[in-house]
Amino acid sequence: MTTTTEPAYDYADLPRLMGRMTGAEKHGPAATSTLDALWVLYDRVLDVTPERMDDPGRDRFLLSKGHGPMAYYAVLAAKGFLPVEWLEDFGSYDSPLGHHPDRVLVPGAEIGSGSLGHGLPLAVGTALGLKARGQSEARVWVLVGDAEMDEGSNHEAVAYAGPAGLERLHVLVIDNASASYARPGGIAARFEAAGWSAETVDGRDHEALYAAFTAPHPGRPRVVVARVEPKEYAGEPKSA
Amino acid sequence: MDTMRDRLAPVLTRLLDEDPRVAVVLAEIGKDGFTEAMRDHPDRVINVGIREQLLVGAGAGLALAGLRPVVHTFASFLVERPFEQIKLDFGHQGVGGVLVSAAASYDWPAGGFTHMSPGDVALLDTLDGWTVHVPGHPDEAEALLRHAVAAGDDKVYVRLSVQANEQALAVDGARFLPVREGRSGVVVAVGPMLDQVLAATEGLDVSVLYATTVRPFDEEALRRAVGAGPSADVVIVEPYLAGTSTSAVNDALADLPHRVLGLGVGRRELRRYGTVEEHTAAHGLDAASLRGRITGFLGERTRAGVVS
Repeated sequence: MTTTTEPAYDYADLPRLMGRMTGAEKHGPAATSTLDALWVLYDRVLDVTPERMDDPGRDRFLLSKGHGPMAYYAVLAAKGFLPVEWLEDFGSYDSPLGHHPDRVLVPGAEIGSGSLGHGLPLAVGTALGLKARGQSEARVWVLVGDAEMDEGSNHEAVAYAGPAGLERLHVLVIDNASASYARPGGIAARFEAAGWSAETVDGRDHEALYAAFTAPHPGRPRVVVARVEPKEYAGEPKSA
Repeated sequence: MDTMRDRLAPVLTRLLDEDPRVAVVLAEIGKDGFTEAMRDHPDRVINVGIREQLLVGAGAGLALAGLRPVVHTFASFLVERPFEQIKLDFGHQGVGGVLVSAAASYDWPAGGFTHMSPGDVALLDTLDGWTVHVPGHPDEAEALLRHAVAAGDDKVYVRLSVQANEQALAVDGARFLPVREGRSGVVVAVGPMLDQVLAATEGLDVSVLYATTVRPFDEEALRRAVGAGPSADVVIVEPYLAGTSTSAVNDALADLPHRVLGLGVGRRELRRYGTVEEHTAAHGLDAASLRGRITGFLGERTRAGVVS
């Protein structure tokens, strides 16, 4: 698998990288909603590099909300997981980069996603597996959308992981107010009720995101709800 | 005789002791057998509560972390309810695991249709790359469970049932076994159907093959049993949805004129309680019904070998 080492890209380069992907404008708002949170994670929080993708002790990032993966691909390219040149053919027959990512095709992608409600249960299992293998340092992050939290599978995972004390597990909820029925009390309250450590921050504020991502939470899984501007359209069913 | 399911916890407990890669995931059902294993291996025996989507998703997550997950509950809740999790969390992610079901097609008739899963193997047939074991005896279940766990990162389904044959055969996790030879057709008996099939074909001039690993389908064994004739007649008797393996038989005999009769559990919901035997009869899978259906399909020549 081709990977690029020593990338020289920064946050300011991401719009240009995303601009290289064409033909999927409908994914635009869904893609940019995750951009800042993804950047802060990959730039300052996650302990993973392209060279360490076979290292069982690496941190795992699972993109559950696979819709609108342009920001994800741009960050992976910026960090050298995949060649920047791949971005040009986004969505084409010969491209490894689809409108939903495939872990078998995309270097750096821990899961293939598209259908909502799969990443969080997979992350629970991955956290359990790393614990069973004695990888005590490795952390698991999973990104979900606020509407994705409607899926019952996510409720199963939230209700289990809190009482089970899965402290390596982290959920990042990108809240662009896309759920048809807002949650009374807010998203974080649902997690807190299940025993999670929870915090809600401005999803565009890099320092706030970093502080929330790195806050200690001994004995409990952690959720960070990153609020971003509401989605401007409702073009795709279940676009999370 | 104990049941296949009685073997599950003891076998897996030994495998948990022997192999640090093995993990067991449960959703309350079956947990009592794992009390000791849970104490000895708390990180590798996981009960997620009554949460079947999480059960399968977490099992696949364990595989992503490098473990060999064994996921168990009743077939309805293991294969049917979280079917998309099986398709995506194992198949699409490209990871393997072992799914072990209990309750089968009608193991608990008094429990009604909610706990029946005659369609499980047909559902898995819509996916790529699943090995399917259908043991016909607790000893075979034990052997096939060990094969399943040892099968690298393969995706394997093991279907346990209270229906069982009197005698265990030496199954190897791959091949069909020739049990009887004849010239007027081949009857393939799957797992717990063998005793009924042998009784049904007593004195008939037919070959009987015994299949406990139905996917991949042992095409070579069927070709050998069919022989060098210009055509072939095949009956397959399965303990799940009738016709599930008919296309596999067709594929095996694609270059030979042939007829296939697929017998198994009917699609129509009976809405009856009662006993396993009553349901077997209702689906026409008891020996007397099978004999009539098999001879009706193969015709008078099956009786050529009968010594009255």
